[in-house]
Amino acid sequence: MATSALDSLPAPLRSLRLKTKQQELLLRVSALALIYVLAFAVRLFSVLRYESMIHEFDPYFNYRTTLFLTENGFSEFWNWFDSESWYPLGRVVGGTLFPGLMVTAALLHRLLRALSLAVHIREVCVLTAPFFAANTTLVAYAFGREIWDSGAGLVAAALIAIVPGYISRSVAGSYDNEGVAIFALLLTFYLFVRAVNTGSLAWALASAFGYFYMVSAWGGYVFIINLIPLYVLVLLVTGRYSQRLYVAYNCMYVLGMLLAMQIRFVGFQHVQSGEHMAAMGVFFLLQVFFFLDWVKYLLNDARLFKSFLRTTLTCVITVGTLALGIGTASGYISPWTGRFYSLLDPTYAKDHIPIIASVSEHQPTAWSSFMFDFHILLFLFPAGLYFCFKRLSDATIFIVMYGLTSMYFAGVMVRLILVAAPAVCLISAIAASATIKNLTTLIRAKSRSPQTTSGKTTGSKAAAKGAVDQSLPFQHNAAIALLLGAFYLLSRYAIHCTWVTSEAYSSPSIVLAARGHNGGRVIFDDYREAYYWLRQNTPPDAKIMSWWDYGYQITAMGNRTVIVDNNTWNNTHIATVGRAMSSYEDEAYEIMQSLDVNYVLVVFGGVTGYSSDDINKFLWMVRIGGGVFPVIKEPDYLVNGEYRIDKGAAPKMLNCLMYKLCYYRFGELTTEYGKPPGYDRVRGVEIGNKDIKLEYLEEAFTTSNWIVRIYKVKPPKNRS
Amino acid sequence: MMDHRDVMLPLSLRTLATRTLLLLVIASAVSCSCLPPEDGIRVVSAEKRIDLMGPIVKVFLTLKVENAPTASEASGVLLAFTPTEAQHLSIAKATRVEGKRKKKAFIPLSITASELTTTAPDAPRLYSVLLSTPLKPGDATTLEVLYMLTHSLEPFPAEISQSESQLVYYRDSAVLLSPYHVLEQVTYIKMPSNRIESFTRVDPTTRAGSEVKYGTYNNQMPNSYLPILVHYENNRPFAVVEELVRKVEISHWGNIQITEQYKLKHGGARHKGVFSRLEYQSRPSVSGASSFKNLLARLPPRVHSVYYRDEIGNISSSHLRTDSHKSELEIEPRYPLFGGWHCTFTIGYGLPLQDFVFESVDGRRYINLTFGCPLLDTVVDDLTVKVVLPEGSKNPQPVVPFVTEKHLETSYSYLDVVGRTTVVLKKKNVVGEHNVPFQVYYEFNPIFMLAEPLMLISAVLLFFVAFIAYLHMDLSIRKSS
Repeated sequence: MATSALDSLPAPLRSLRLKTKQQELLLRVSALALIYVLAFAVRLFSVLRYESMIHEFDPYFNYRTTLFLTENGFSEFWNWFDSESWYPLGRVVGGTLFPGLMVTAALLHRLLRALSLAVHIREVCVLTAPFFAANTTLVAYAFGREIWDSGAGLVAAALIAIVPGYISRSVAGSYDNEGVAIFALLLTFYLFVRAVNTGSLAWALASAFGYFYMVSAWGGYVFIINLIPLYVLVLLVTGRYSQRLYVAYNCMYVLGMLLAMQIRFVGFQHVQSGEHMAAMGVFFLLQVFFFLDWVKYLLNDARLFKSFLRTTLTCVITVGTLALGIGTASGYISPWTGRFYSLLDPTYAKDHIPIIASVSEHQPTAWSSFMFDFHILLFLFPAGLYFCFKRLSDATIFIVMYGLTSMYFAGVMVRLILVAAPAVCLISAIAASATIKNLTTLIRAKSRSPQTTSGKTTGSKAAAKGAVDQSLPFQHNAAIALLLGAFYLLSRYAIHCTWVTSEAYSSPSIVLAARGHNGGRVIFDDYREAYYWLRQNTPPDAKIMSWWDYGYQITAMGNRTVIVDNNTWNNTHIATVGRAMSSYEDEAYEIMQSLDVNYVLVVFGGVTGYSSDDINKFLWMVRIGGGVFPVIKEPDYLVNGEYRIDKGAAPKMLNCLMYKLCYYRFGELTTEYGKPPGYDRVRGVEIGNKDIKLEYLEEAFTTSNWIVRIYKVKPPKNRS
Repeated sequence: MMDHRDVMLPLSLRTLATRTLLLLVIASAVSCSCLPPEDGIRVVSAEKRIDLMGPIVKVFLTLKVENAPTASEASGVLLAFTPTEAQHLSIAKATRVEGKRKKKAFIPLSITASELTTTAPDAPRLYSVLLSTPLKPGDATTLEVLYMLTHSLEPFPAEISQSESQLVYYRDSAVLLSPYHVLEQVTYIKMPSNRIESFTRVDPTTRAGSEVKYGTYNNQMPNSYLPILVHYENNRPFAVVEELVRKVEISHWGNIQITEQYKLKHGGARHKGVFSRLEYQSRPSVSGASSFKNLLARLPPRVHSVYYRDEIGNISSSHLRTDSHKSELEIEPRYPLFGGWHCTFTIGYGLPLQDFVFESVDGRRYINLTFGCPLLDTVVDDLTVKVVLPEGSKNPQPVVPFVTEKHLETSYSYLDVVGRTTVVLKKKNVVGEHNVPFQVYYEFNPIFMLAEPLMLISAVLLFFVAFIAYLHMDLSIRKSS
């Protein structure tokens, strides 16, 4: 019908009809454009549900620094010494952060300003992560096309646009390094694979710049600098060495390393740190390989070459081991850091670095969260691996390695699911795309067969399938059923992703929302209430002591000096705060006096049932404090290895500063109908010490739902 | 002309005589070296009603003045304020009562600072009420004066704890400070509650419940002053907006966007010591009696897209009630405000253009808005109103019924090229009585409305053209085979 209608059109209009190729291009471009918009739009749930605000903890630091950057310019930012955090030590901000995110946001802001769009930097920051997530879909498309075909690219773009594992870190307001880093990571990988495939210096150069951007944005660049050498090594071992690989790796490594050294926080780590040695080793190995190749070509004699190979290899290995040994022994090459160890050995942090283990996002991943974050991709992933192995090439080897290594890391740490997400999407896309393609060819071949004679099918694949046709009677119907099944699965995936995004990953965690008795939405805005009170009603130079989780938020929203914050660079300082929190009030007062503390802030959920409060985090304070100051012993706070706060709790627990500050005058409050006063709704018990007297501190402010409590440290008594 | 000169001479002679007399008689009552009035006005009876119910002192003054039969016509009547009062004087209004009983008519009169005021530091500051028709010799008239004083209640004790209520001092004079001879005068002071700690007695003084009456006093010399001090309980919210910037942006596409930035403070007795949420929640009437946790803003009707936020985000505790006459926005700061606590926030809303922008007969347009602060019962120390006219407007001319500081500036917003002309009006010490309409006239050619859409259209067009050009060009160095 449509074609006949078109045929009847006058000639000039008929010329507007598109050729098949153009139609395909148009379809592809519009599908990509829709995916781009979708990736951006799905991340706006948080703005719709809550408001345009910065989320969580670290983003507040990023926002604060971005604000500083836009107000004071780059050189001020680069040389910024922040005296508002880590009092009295301070922090060299310019030298201890990855500036990529801030610079990106500031440039975007400047660009919009230049186009005379009067947007506030906050809005730019809020929308940076969705914008880069949308860009990531384009990269995923290109990457998919590079390793498989454009169909797989499109599916990969669609999958990555809504994969919860990535959305969790890139919703609007989640202004964190990962937001741009995943884009940079995938871009670097894509450009590198492209460089390997083409052997072009231009692509290698581009990938070096992609790497530079990644280094400037996130500490996860270590993954790239280890994965790429590993990949090169695998190619060497499997005999896939080529000139293309040589060009791509050397250019990328040398330029990337030099560029990365420009980032102050990274500095000379590329030549000095143990984590970066693999890349350098592979670099030298490639040279040796190339050299041997050349010698082999020159000698043109197998026996001579063999003996030459032996001596060269022995020399190279000896020199390499010696250099590494001397470097490590002399301290020139630093050993692996704890964070790196904890990735290789999941139990390492628990035993050695409590400060890493105390963060919930550093915990090993549960199966449920894999299911939650990947959904059907978890099943498509192995299928995709199968397809990759079936059609092995340089590119598919890369994606297989990326997928497997990142899956391992995702298993070690919850938050590294993020790194695995693009690989899982790409590999799953290959599976989905290849399966659907096969099924549709089957259906087409079948439906065409009555019209065309069976021998005339052009594609050899279709011919082969046609041959199989005779042996499988319900093949056509089965194909249709399978196709429908695939669409059902994919639509379930879309529904799941949307649901997860709107329900689980869009909460800013500053504003808490709960359902009231009548089903209405109740908002607990206590954090901002407290921070704004600090900002407006305390002296501008007041020092606030709190557990390090709230440090960034206090400096950004409260605009006051903190003792410790989320940049956990000084373990002793954090341990001092942990010690103060777990000591008796008079001992704690001495510590607080020595740190010049004016206010103490604690987070308490006993009234509202908000479970991630300081009492639940308290054992970590004890552990971290006890790790440096042996006077603090964990068993003192436990009763038979059990953590209790009721009447049966340990006496030290009932009288330590944290307990007193959280439960001060809580014993007079009835929280729940039918329960005694002083009933803690998080722990579900009546508190053990209801008669708390404070001697050195006084209550300065408590928020309307008691979630944040601020105490003022009294000045020392007069000597009289 | 001759007549006039004849009158002048005896007048100045009498002036001299009066001054001598004055210096002799009331030197003890008030240290004043001001010039006495040159006419024969005297106050037959004066009634001063002082309303101390809220944070703003409201004084209603009823003066029956009489011109001496021998004097010349009087064009104005002088009012005297102490220097402190003059400094805190926010607004003064006067009306003249004409006609008798049922035919009573109130004629508004204007008040200007009199040039008779001397520069001596403690001399009374004189303001002149300009009469609509001069007072003939021998005639009498009744004037009603209302004036308001801000920051005139001094909290004492200056710091209170959460459980205490707020006590304040009010200082004034028992007798009317006037440059004229006052024959009969009475002062009433109305306070919000029965709790009056103390008040100065100047007999006859009587107290009835929450009201104190001073007088009647007869035959007071000009410039008499008898200081009194009242100490009483006042728990009304002492909401003081230290700084308010109202920005009005006009878009001829149909919207007026108003953004108001507040710097709010509790101006009462400072809070000291502990703030206990438990006390505050369980005993709301006793605990923090002088604190306040919400404010009411009265906005124009048909207001839309209202928001209430601060530097760190949206504040979720506000309620908007609208009807056809007005909109009421009840805002709650993030935390209750105790004495001395600060809080800054921003309120923004949109208004339909046709309700506020009109075309005048001479073809100019004008915006007609309310001056002042929409928050009820607040004092604004420093008010700035910025009217951002649309891009391309010319010759702005503000018309405000009282004295303000005015200047022009240019501001930039979305897609602006030459910038928008902005009229800036500044006024200090603003109270609710200043919420009167004001206008800004300007010339605007509607063709400028199209500038920005056209700019956008051409940018998009240019983008497509560039793209088409790129696709049709072969930029490679080598001819592809």
